[in-house]
Amino acid sequence: MNGPDNGLPEKLAAGARLDASESCRLWDLDLLTLGAAADQARRRLNPGNRVTFVIDRNINYTNICTSGCRFCAFYRPPGAADGYVLDWEALAAKLTELKAHGGSGVLLQGGLNPDLNLAYYLELVHFIRGFGLAVHGFSPPEIFYMAGQNHLSLADLLRRLMAAGLSSIPGGGAEILVDRVRQQISPHKCTSSQWLEVMAAAHRAGLKTSATMMFGHLETREERIMHLFKIRDLQDDTGGFTAFIPWTYQPGGTHLKGEALGAVEYLKTLAISRLVLDNVPHLQVSWVTQGPKVAQVALKFGADDFGSTMLEENVVAATGVGFRLTRQEIDTLIRQCGYKPRLRDHRYNLAVSSEQ
Amino acid sequence: MVWAGIKDPALQPIYDKVAAGARLNRQDGCTLFETPDLLGVGRLAQTVRERLHGRKAYYIYNQHINYSNICVNGCKFCAFGRKAGEPGAYEMSLPEIFEKVEARAHEPITEIHIVGGCHPDLPLVYYLDMLRGIKARRPEVHLQAFTAVEVAHLAQKAEMSVPDTLAALKEAGLGSLPGGGAEVFSPRVRQSLCPEKLSPEGWIEVAQMAHRLDLNTNATMLYGHLETVAERVDHLVRLREAQDETGGFLAFIPLAFHPANTGLSDLAGPSAIDDLKTLAISRLMLDNFPHIKAFWVMLGPKLSQISLCFGVDDVDGTVMEERITHMAGAQTPQGLTRAQLQALIREAGCEPVERDTLYRVIDA
Repeated sequence: MNGPDNGLPEKLAAGARLDASESCRLWDLDLLTLGAAADQARRRLNPGNRVTFVIDRNINYTNICTSGCRFCAFYRPPGAADGYVLDWEALAAKLTELKAHGGSGVLLQGGLNPDLNLAYYLELVHFIRGFGLAVHGFSPPEIFYMAGQNHLSLADLLRRLMAAGLSSIPGGGAEILVDRVRQQISPHKCTSSQWLEVMAAAHRAGLKTSATMMFGHLETREERIMHLFKIRDLQDDTGGFTAFIPWTYQPGGTHLKGEALGAVEYLKTLAISRLVLDNVPHLQVSWVTQGPKVAQVALKFGADDFGSTMLEENVVAATGVGFRLTRQEIDTLIRQCGYKPRLRDHRYNLAVSSEQ
Repeated sequence: MVWAGIKDPALQPIYDKVAAGARLNRQDGCTLFETPDLLGVGRLAQTVRERLHGRKAYYIYNQHINYSNICVNGCKFCAFGRKAGEPGAYEMSLPEIFEKVEARAHEPITEIHIVGGCHPDLPLVYYLDMLRGIKARRPEVHLQAFTAVEVAHLAQKAEMSVPDTLAALKEAGLGSLPGGGAEVFSPRVRQSLCPEKLSPEGWIEVAQMAHRLDLNTNATMLYGHLETVAERVDHLVRLREAQDETGGFLAFIPLAFHPANTGLSDLAGPSAIDDLKTLAISRLMLDNFPHIKAFWVMLGPKLSQISLCFGVDDVDGTVMEERITHMAGAQTPQGLTRAQLQALIREAGCEPVERDTLYRVIDA
């Protein structure tokens, strides 16, 4: 068939683990070949026709951030006129609305805000839990920053956040887990090994986490593979990753600028993620960056999860990419492709008695 | 079989036919629509696409002019058409049209694509003067204008035969006909969606008369509303039969139904899986059509790019101002630049080729 051979077809057909050089050779395969192999891997890991999603909203408690990443259109530096920290009243209104929509939890992320202390974060988690909502909160750069600011070890910090009610950790801030790239796009953010260190500590503390990859900027395809291997290696050790969520850099309003990557490269990267990450159970589509139609196609390229309703999303929206979907629309989009939608929570447990 | 990308054993006999270059029948068409194996269908279509065009993918530097949305037909699936006097109804005067042409006179446009409604009052001379006036301003540009539906309407209004009308339009500068207005040929569907519109027989007849006058045409199918799989296949087979007779069709363009602002806004519209399958199956069934086009304005640039791996060899063009699909809620941009189209094609692993209307290569 298409592309080089060297035993790769047999390995893919058998579902055998791919080494780094084999993984890099996946890029030479055509889109349909990758899709077919990824779909087979998806069926091995997630048999049946189920596609899951969660009802949530992305709450950004602050946009003030010292990190100043060049790909980000959302943050404001400390002291900026339009910087904010969400007040409790506004937060309560958001939570009440989410409850009314049948939400099970909140994706809680903000920035590296020097004016917030540990007591604030603990109160924030506790407050949200008070509404009967899970807190999928604080990406590794935030956790790493919090630990430093409060002179706590990662383990101690995580213990305190868990005691306040933290349910799981989102996989944001991973960008590309290669320091050559991070040096250029996010020099003030935690390094790739620090990101992995936070995740390892979280997994050991019993927290489930997801992992992301933001691609399509300065990284090479090989560096995407390196990213996948770092996730796979840690997962071999801890088994704490629930899902992998690759999404494409959106240049609108950022300092980094450039052109957004196209849909074919997105699908290829998605399929390769499924093939390399043989130990991460779920793969999520990014409809917020790709739009509903590419998200549907993605279900044939290894993905088994449609993400979330994101009643609210501010970070991608800041780049001018504005896809919005309701629960009903997600349900229809999944069904239209011949799959069965199922609600889940942020730890990827299926919702009980969900008859959809 | 998995490595070849075909998983559904029901596709095996079709695979054999495609490999042998044999014609597919109606049952094959239905099997292709019914299989859940999207990637298998894509692989089959790619076999044909690569045989015909290799890795080439075509685009055109074009301009769209939708001269009026006033239309006597009132088709339920349409968000563009208005009755005369209704809010939102518009018609462009000839000077307005010429202004649009002149505004882009410095651009290397090779085709102006002109489509409107079935206007109750505009006389044939308006259309003839439109073509003549544009040609006078840009003699080198090819005019692809007026669907078979508009042509039949014009002929009727002018009390002329269709061939005489086409000859007059050709004389005035018409180069070819776009493929719109075919909708779905099923009488059942048309009865409920567009009973006033030119019949399927009439549509095919106008296209074939154009072919006999040495005017090429395109063909379309509006899908994803009330039609069944068998009705889609029937549409494709009828086009294939017509092409066997006159051979003047250049491209087939499946058009995804956009429900917003139409009389069918409660429908969801086709899924992306359906879009890709329909394009791929068109490539497989229409073995005598040179080109399958993904109209990016309707599908979106992203899905159009993916479709280049599902049998499509043409993504239309720069466009710049399109009203019909945008009034049905399309979120796509108004235009793409040449560089954007080339990048879109390259990223899909294809080789961009700028073409004119007749698919002659332009040195861009």
